[in-house]
Amino acid sequence: MTVGGAESALFWIAGPLAVAGALALLFARKAVHAAVGMATAMIVLGIFYIAQQAEFLGVIQIFVYSGAVMMLFLFVIMLIGVDSSDSLVETIRGQRWAGLLLAAGLAAITIAGIGKAAFGTPRGLAEANKDGNVSGAARLIFGDYVWAFEATSALLITAALGAMLLAHRERLTPKATQADWSRERIRSGENVAGLPAPGVYARHNAVDTPALLPDGSPAELSISRVLRARGQVGTTGALTQVTQEIEHEVGDESDEQATTRKDDDA
Amino acid sequence: MSTLAALAATTDNPVADFGDTPWWLSLVKALLVFVFLLINTLLVIWFERRVIGRMQQRPGPNRAGPFGLLQTLADGVKLALKEDIVPKAADKIMFWAAPAIAGAMAFVSFAIIPMGGTVWMFGHKTPLQLTDTPIATLLVLAVAGVGVYGIVLAGWSSGSTYPLLGGLRSSAQVISYEIAMGLALVAVFLYAGSMSTSQIVFAQNDLWYIVPAFFSFVVYVITMVGETNRLPFDLAEGEGELTGGFHTEYSSLKFAMFFLGEYVNMFTVSALATTLFLGGPAAPPGIAAIGDGMLNGGWWGLLWFVVKLWLFMFFFVWLRGSLPRVRYDQFMRLGWKVLIPTTLVWVVMVAFIRAAELGFLGDSKVSLLGRDFPRATLFIIACIALAVLVAAWFYDNHQVKRRAELEEARAMDEEIDPFAGGHPVPPLPGQRLVEPPLALSAARPAPVTDSGSEENRG
Repeated sequence: MTVGGAESALFWIAGPLAVAGALALLFARKAVHAAVGMATAMIVLGIFYIAQQAEFLGVIQIFVYSGAVMMLFLFVIMLIGVDSSDSLVETIRGQRWAGLLLAAGLAAITIAGIGKAAFGTPRGLAEANKDGNVSGAARLIFGDYVWAFEATSALLITAALGAMLLAHRERLTPKATQADWSRERIRSGENVAGLPAPGVYARHNAVDTPALLPDGSPAELSISRVLRARGQVGTTGALTQVTQEIEHEVGDESDEQATTRKDDDA
Repeated sequence: MSTLAALAATTDNPVADFGDTPWWLSLVKALLVFVFLLINTLLVIWFERRVIGRMQQRPGPNRAGPFGLLQTLADGVKLALKEDIVPKAADKIMFWAAPAIAGAMAFVSFAIIPMGGTVWMFGHKTPLQLTDTPIATLLVLAVAGVGVYGIVLAGWSSGSTYPLLGGLRSSAQVISYEIAMGLALVAVFLYAGSMSTSQIVFAQNDLWYIVPAFFSFVVYVITMVGETNRLPFDLAEGEGELTGGFHTEYSSLKFAMFFLGEYVNMFTVSALATTLFLGGPAAPPGIAAIGDGMLNGGWWGLLWFVVKLWLFMFFFVWLRGSLPRVRYDQFMRLGWKVLIPTTLVWVVMVAFIRAAELGFLGDSKVSLLGRDFPRATLFIIACIALAVLVAAWFYDNHQVKRRAELEEARAMDEEIDPFAGGHPVPPLPGQRLVEPPLALSAARPAPVTDSGSEENRG
């Protein structure tokens, strides 16, 4: 069997790329790098399918596996922030040995199965793609293997429903809408216009710096309670001092400030 | 089974014949497509700013070159000369790779777009299309799926909160709208019996698919705006909420790659809409009849294709000039709860119509307006119309009942006089405003009696 020049060029460029992606999946430190490596390997596999004239399979491989499935993986990794150190903790005792044993068993069964497989004489691409590649695949899926295909899809849908059922929580009260919150604020008469926004100063603004009330004291309500719980609230003292110094330089300070400064100087 | 096999064999593969296209000619065509897209991007940015300027009653950029045409070029040079900043917390490899992915993937899809008829080029007879495969249209969706990696990785690798949120939003948006888009395309595949772009264009000889697949066209146009992150669906870079979204931390040429990618993506989705619904490079119905189709096909196709493409670009600009940004949850609700279910129902309806047309549901025909329609097609269309009517009737009844309930609830509210305290006070929850009848007559412009007071106002 001979391979054309263009196809072998493609193989020698894309093949190492796929291997590099697969190795990145195994050895990358960051979980996102591993996920991207896996996506690369899948995309290159799809390109190989296309090169071997299984166009439909190749494009669906890229579309479904790297476009949708890997993207969901990436979503979860980014949102939860999985670290490589997490995976080394053994939560169930003896889990690693049991896992290795099961993997070896699976490998043995698979190798035995594949080793026994007998190949008929190849019919050739011309006959396989006689009615066009898509129609050929459609005939296999919805003709010869329709039961296997439908059973698999039923299994997948059941799994998805099961996952949804496990993650679902029944809401006991109706969810408060924006309008409900606004009505509630007006009824209680507190913070009718919403909570105050965090500090915006002449030369500085940040969510961790509280706004100043008219009397100069910091408004505690303007800081997110998460930041307060973490103890990440900035102080206003330094900022007001800088502002006052600038005001002093340009001669734009209030009388009260001027007198206190004179007292300090004296 | 035998009819199905015969049908498939004739329409599965592309019509376009690449037999007389040597590899160097493909390379030339690839280069031409690339240059075409770059020049169009330069033009469309200028076009967008000028048209939006007109819509907002100001001239828009008009200094650099004739009509300000060179403004984009000047901006591009300025962008390239800016400092390239990489944040300290950024993941260097991914921060570099993300704009490359986003920029490169934008160009790939255009390879399968038929931009004209068959022409003579350097002594070879070749279609004005880089390539075509039996799954060409799916390739666009697959490439868009890979292009999302550019956005997601840009958001993650910046090492900052707003880009991460923008990236996640953007990818969720593109993935969910890709589903509705794919479903909308299914109707076209059913009519054409193929996913090859040249075959779909060929099948529209008789009638552009915007007519039989009108609902798919509407859904596709909505989803293509969502897919390209353009206003009113540009939630990934909502300035008021996320500063710049996924590209907040990018500058210089890396930012330019995202910018370029966005505009090329607009061209790609518009070109796909042109190909699937507006007959691609075919001349418009009136012009196609002139001189036995002398203005149809060959290099003329490129003209019609570009005209249709730019109509869509104008539509994009028009949307941006007239619509505000939607809220994110409303946008997702539209995608998942409205577009996907309705398109699913639509695809099933089209499948029945198509089956009737192909004679799977009986062969008897009825002559109507000089054309033969299968009896089954008419029966199915009548059934669909009836179902739509019944649904509309139920919906209307429901609305009337709800409005009556609301009225009743309002009647329960306590009436207050807003001027009771001497100055107007808005009603609290549970209270109802009684508009004093005098307020309406007072709002009307009073006949001018004293000219002196008018002058004071001015």
